[in-house]
Amino acid sequence: METLITILTGILVTVATYLILTRSVLKVILGTAILSHAAHLMIMTMGKGLKSGSVPVLVDGQETTFVDPLPQALILTSIVISFAVTAILLVLAYRTYRETGTDNLYELRGNKHE
Amino acid sequence: MLTVNLAIIIPFLAATLVPVLHKKISRIHIGWFVFIVSAALFAFLVRYIPRIASGETFLYTLKWIPSYHINFTTYMDGLSLIFALLITGIGALVTIYSIYYLSSNENLSHFYTYLLLFMGAMLGVVFSDNMMVLYVFWELTSISSFLLIAFWYHRKRSREGAQKSLLITVTGGIAMLVGFVMLYVMSGTMSVREVIATVSTYSEHSLFIPAMVLILLGAFTKSAQFPFHIWLPTAMEAPTPVSAYLHSATMVKAGIYLVARFTPVFGGEMTWFWMVTGVGLFTLFWGSFNAIRQTDLKALLAYSTISQLGMIMSMFGMSSAALVNGYSVDSVIFTQAAFAALFHLVNHSTFKGALFMVVGIVDHELGTRDIRRLGGLATLMPITFTIAIIGSFSMAGLPPFNGFLSKEMFFQVAVNISEFNFASDTWSTLIPVVAWVASILTFVYCMIFVFKTFLGSYQEEKLEHPAHEAPYGMLFSPMILGALVVLIFFFPNVLGDYLLRPAMSSIFPTIAENEDLGVHVIPWHGFNMPLKMTIGVILLGILLFISLRYWKGIYKMFPEKWSFNTLYGNILEQLEATSNTVTNFYMTGHLRDYMVYIYSFFILAVGGMLVITNTLVFNIEGNASISSLEGIIALVMMIAAVTILFAKSRLTAILLNSVLGYGVAIFFVLFRAPDLALTQTVVETVSTVLFLAAYYFLPEWKKEDTRKRSKSVNLIISILVGVIFTVVALAVQNGKLFDSISSYYENSYELAGGRNIVNTILGDFRAFDTMLEVVVLLIAGLGVYTFIKLKARKEDASVEDK
Repeated sequence: METLITILTGILVTVATYLILTRSVLKVILGTAILSHAAHLMIMTMGKGLKSGSVPVLVDGQETTFVDPLPQALILTSIVISFAVTAILLVLAYRTYRETGTDNLYELRGNKHE
Repeated sequence: MLTVNLAIIIPFLAATLVPVLHKKISRIHIGWFVFIVSAALFAFLVRYIPRIASGETFLYTLKWIPSYHINFTTYMDGLSLIFALLITGIGALVTIYSIYYLSSNENLSHFYTYLLLFMGAMLGVVFSDNMMVLYVFWELTSISSFLLIAFWYHRKRSREGAQKSLLITVTGGIAMLVGFVMLYVMSGTMSVREVIATVSTYSEHSLFIPAMVLILLGAFTKSAQFPFHIWLPTAMEAPTPVSAYLHSATMVKAGIYLVARFTPVFGGEMTWFWMVTGVGLFTLFWGSFNAIRQTDLKALLAYSTISQLGMIMSMFGMSSAALVNGYSVDSVIFTQAAFAALFHLVNHSTFKGALFMVVGIVDHELGTRDIRRLGGLATLMPITFTIAIIGSFSMAGLPPFNGFLSKEMFFQVAVNISEFNFASDTWSTLIPVVAWVASILTFVYCMIFVFKTFLGSYQEEKLEHPAHEAPYGMLFSPMILGALVVLIFFFPNVLGDYLLRPAMSSIFPTIAENEDLGVHVIPWHGFNMPLKMTIGVILLGILLFISLRYWKGIYKMFPEKWSFNTLYGNILEQLEATSNTVTNFYMTGHLRDYMVYIYSFFILAVGGMLVITNTLVFNIEGNASISSLEGIIALVMMIAAVTILFAKSRLTAILLNSVLGYGVAIFFVLFRAPDLALTQTVVETVSTVLFLAAYYFLPEWKKEDTRKRSKSVNLIISILVGVIFTVVALAVQNGKLFDSISSYYENSYELAGGRNIVNTILGDFRAFDTMLEVVVLLIAGLGVYTFIKLKARKEDASVEDK
């Protein structure tokens, strides 16, 4: 299972990298969003072992093994932050398009003599 | 009792007070405050003279970074006291002069802040015993000099002069720092005194000569020795009080101080003797030769300063002959050279300071300092004229002025070197010859200075203001210096016994144990070689001065385009152009290019490491099992991901991205992470909405006009990145070095009172982290609001365009 997920994240990273290298702002943002999906899955596989126990919630009188709670906590933080990043980037793209009339990064390059 | 340390700190403290006082008290010229500071420091230092003269030294240590041997240690001996007295004494006089020189419209608080900064830094240079602290103060003098040269920063030439002096002196300073570090490596101590005391234990070290050359580089750049002299003439763009203070009396002598201070360390090396003497003598000649061709009085004095610095430098070089063959009765005679050097150093500060102030007066009162426009001022400015006569005749080496005494001593030591056949025959006969020729040229430019300015015909139409005598406040300082010039001639031994003799034992500690190194200075030695040389200088000098216009053509052989100045300019231009080209080559302004750099680095560094260390481990043992549902979801996500690349419309791409997001959420469910699954579902839904909103506002995807080649480059890069990422991840999974720390959190109920372990981690164990995360969200929200709502005002937009 871990290997399968790792290969899946590898494919996601490849796709994200390709999108980030393109010229369209929207594609670049999509790339970053996919990159964060990949990162989340990746962190998940780095824990104690997938599906090695039950949901990490204590229930009175039950002695069980749990799955690793630490990656879950980290991912929860990460999901929220990457959402904020995506939101900011999208609004930035919107504003840039409003101001400059283009969403092409090639045309958006800075002036040489500034 | 850290009194000497305090003396260094006081000017810095005063410098911080200057802007405040200047604002509060506008009635009184702020210069008086600076004068009080420097005069008080001078008086404080004068009190040490008797004790220093009796052979005492003072050492104070303030611990700073003891583990690195860096302490704020000051050491006051004869050598540092001479310099410190010059720094504070001339400083006080220059301050009085500047009060009348600079009008109150100028930015006075800047000027005096910089001046005090310099004074403190320069005192730090001469008093510091720790090499690192010395270096810091050394660079501080360069910086304050830079600020003072660029005082009139609206002038292009001032800025260029400041830049040139900074570049040259700081380059030398860094070389010196490397030399210091080498000394530290060899001797194991940062203290100059200990370096001197232990020199015999490491003088055979292979770094010894490199350290020496590097330290000399620092000294030569600071003291404007050939070929680094080019910064000094351009530094004359500074206000004249600064030229008189920094660029003739004190800062440029820091290099000489360094040479004197390190003579006991390196003086025993033949290389030292030849480098210091050779460079000094050539600078002496070159400076005096070029001074004659100058038409600007300040430039003339600048070249003359270069020349005189070379003379002092060469005398210190010659004095090291006393150390080359170890101590013997014969070698003591060579130490006279150092005595003469110190003597001339003091003399030069007096007469050159006076001369600079004279030029300042002429410039200030008449509005020009071009020799071709001046003339006939003797009767109109009698006091200035008198001071000019005293100063330049002293510089030319005529009695009854102090320059005569030190110039005679200079001839004597040059003759000594050749008579005692210290070096090979041809070279040692050359030394007095060069000294003599350069002195003739010195005589000529001194005469030019006096006679072309003050005699001849008065041409008022060429001046900006009609000539008249300067106010007494302005004449006060040069008058004091002029009086000193004469007084030192009549009472040279007061100076010699109280200041120069103790300094000699700092320069030659080993010899001073056995011999009294003081020299009794007398004006009349009988009709000996130096006197004959002086007479020759006067006769030939007068002859050359009269016939000046017949041989001036010789300077056409040295056109400006072959000078070091032009070389410096070209190098600077080339550097700028090259770095511009290089920067423009890779800073393309395209996001893609920058990402390519980053990814290429990742591929080369991480991928390369994988190949080199051969850590390609792959092992599926211990993996959890794969159910058919999981396999299908993974497959769907893979297909969705790849399809995004081929999506023709934005809508497809956005929906496929949501497929990925919800796929991740399902995986979270399967991996026993209900909180994550919930959050992911919510966030993914909102993100998709946001993407769709952007879809509404942004234009439709056009077919990318990217070239095939860069497309395939992109593809290769992304595949490589993905592969390396996967390989590293797999290797990491197989290489667990220690057990997970997660079991700690399983006590969440006892530790944090919560049953949901993930929640307790977020809300309790790592609560700070979560709180800051909320702050990030808040900032992001503000950002979103700002981007959407706020509009740039029209005038803001126009500012950015500039």
